[in-house]
Amino acid sequence: MQATHGLASLLFSVATALAMAFVAAPVRADDDPWPDIRRDVFDNRDIIENDGTITLDAPYRAEDAAIVPLTMRIPASIAPQVRSLTLIIDKNPAPVAATFHFGAAAGSGERMLSTRVRIDMYSNVRAVIETADGRLHMATKFVKASGGCSAPAAKDADEALASLGKMQIRTFDAAAAADRTPTAREAQVMIRHPNFTGMQMDQVSREYTPAKFVQELEVKRGGELVFRMEGGISISENPNFRFTFAPGSDDTLEVMAKDTDGRVFTATSAGKAS
Amino acid sequence: MILAPKAAPAGGAFAAVLAAIFCLAATTARAEDTYRVQEIAPGVFAHQGRYEIFTPRNAGDTSNAGFIIGRDAVAVIDTGGSARVGAALLKAIRARTQLPIKYVINTHMHPDHVFGNAAFEDESPVFVGHRKLPRALANRATRYLAINEELLGKEAFAGTRIIPPTLLADDKLELDLGGRTIVLEAHKTAHTDNDLTVLDKQTGTLFLGDLLFAKHVPALDGSIRGWLALLDQLKDRKDVARVVPGHGPAAMAWPAAMTAEQRYLGTIADEVRAMIKEGRTLSEAMKSAGLSEKDAWLLFKEYHARNVSAAFAELEWE
Repeated sequence: MQATHGLASLLFSVATALAMAFVAAPVRADDDPWPDIRRDVFDNRDIIENDGTITLDAPYRAEDAAIVPLTMRIPASIAPQVRSLTLIIDKNPAPVAATFHFGAAAGSGERMLSTRVRIDMYSNVRAVIETADGRLHMATKFVKASGGCSAPAAKDADEALASLGKMQIRTFDAAAAADRTPTAREAQVMIRHPNFTGMQMDQVSREYTPAKFVQELEVKRGGELVFRMEGGISISENPNFRFTFAPGSDDTLEVMAKDTDGRVFTATSAGKAS
Repeated sequence: MILAPKAAPAGGAFAAVLAAIFCLAATTARAEDTYRVQEIAPGVFAHQGRYEIFTPRNAGDTSNAGFIIGRDAVAVIDTGGSARVGAALLKAIRARTQLPIKYVINTHMHPDHVFGNAAFEDESPVFVGHRKLPRALANRATRYLAINEELLGKEAFAGTRIIPPTLLADDKLELDLGGRTIVLEAHKTAHTDNDLTVLDKQTGTLFLGDLLFAKHVPALDGSIRGWLALLDQLKDRKDVARVVPGHGPAAMAWPAAMTAEQRYLGTIADEVRAMIKEGRTLSEAMKSAGLSEKDAWLLFKEYHARNVSAAFAELEWE
């Protein structure tokens, strides 16, 4: 897809030139970056706002700008038609935080997706979905946060490096989820990864640590796609995703993550990592 | 300061300018003139910082600091949150002794404990810290300086620089002040990943840095599991008569001083663990965990939800 390709290249080129871009051309606080983002990412297509097809939960003031929890919900009436969800943080150096492409195992019930992001300055945060008919719908929240992208990646730097690539998958069997029609289940995928932003100082070289992050994540249930994510540096350290999926004859989740160094991490909810 | 009240000007714009300068001078004077130290044990002095976040008015005087005078030399433990506060500490030291300041020790990386280092540079001390302190400071220097210059304002921030330690404590390090030995201990990740304590053996006075908060709500920037484990170890220390918290009264009895902090951290850990087990989310925990502690602490609103966030992000990997 043209749009997907453009989006991915925006995501990576911005990330690659990040530290320099940040220093050379800081975004002025009063500039509204949204018109440019809308042109680059969505080709200036019409976007329907706040029509209830997507809702976004975000704190008005972030307690920790490096781990801001965001939750998106799509009602069951529209969920089966949703092909993708793009998460945008207007004023981050790489505004496209992630794009999620949904598959058959994403289910037809209410769809929920929750993750944690870095927010670098007071900014609008947007969740944009694209439905099968090519329409775009958006929910927007303003979040007060600062310094999320330059905050050091770890409270315990040694521990973070020692456990890189470790994955944890949980499935939740809440009664409420089982009672839904159609039934849905909820799961959480966690990956130990510093998700370096390129704006963090390296202690030895006194240079910025190059951006290094989980750029691809694929979650399948019994071989069928739940979602595939293309991610950038705005996803917090230790990327964390909680989401609904459709139960099937085999509810084993298989997860594959790939970072910008080409390292591939895999795990399944059956507990065996391969 | 430069201008005395009697130098009152004649009028007009000149007066306004002078009045403005005088106001600045008065603000400046406030931070320095209210700087007090207490002798909490023979030869051991401590300053109690304010229970506040950084503002231009407090100039970064929001944490405790202290010094120990030996026969031949002085050791300084933490330097306050700006070069200006560091200078006030230096003045307080010089009011009591002219011995050389041989060591300036930082208990951890946070700006309110290290930003005063620059005031001591002319004394040519050896700067001392945890072996992980240089890395922690380097990783955060740019951000720390930018954020705190904004909080303190240019006046109060003037002269503030980050000076990393050159003498590093790997595990234990003994320093001799002449007939007086102080023992530095580098700890595993707790409040931060570079916490260092300083024990004056002669009086059993232990400077805990931010491993101990009293009245001021604890701030978690390391590991809640590590912090609780370390408190358990420190509780039984028989060589400690009194402690100096990083935030709280200048001196406190041990181990009674840690009761509140241990309860606070224990409550967060228990409630967050229970919520993770129930499948609750980070946002839910930030809204509800540990609220029973709300009235027990100052600055709860400023730090608590962030502490829960940090605890959740750590404990969900158990």
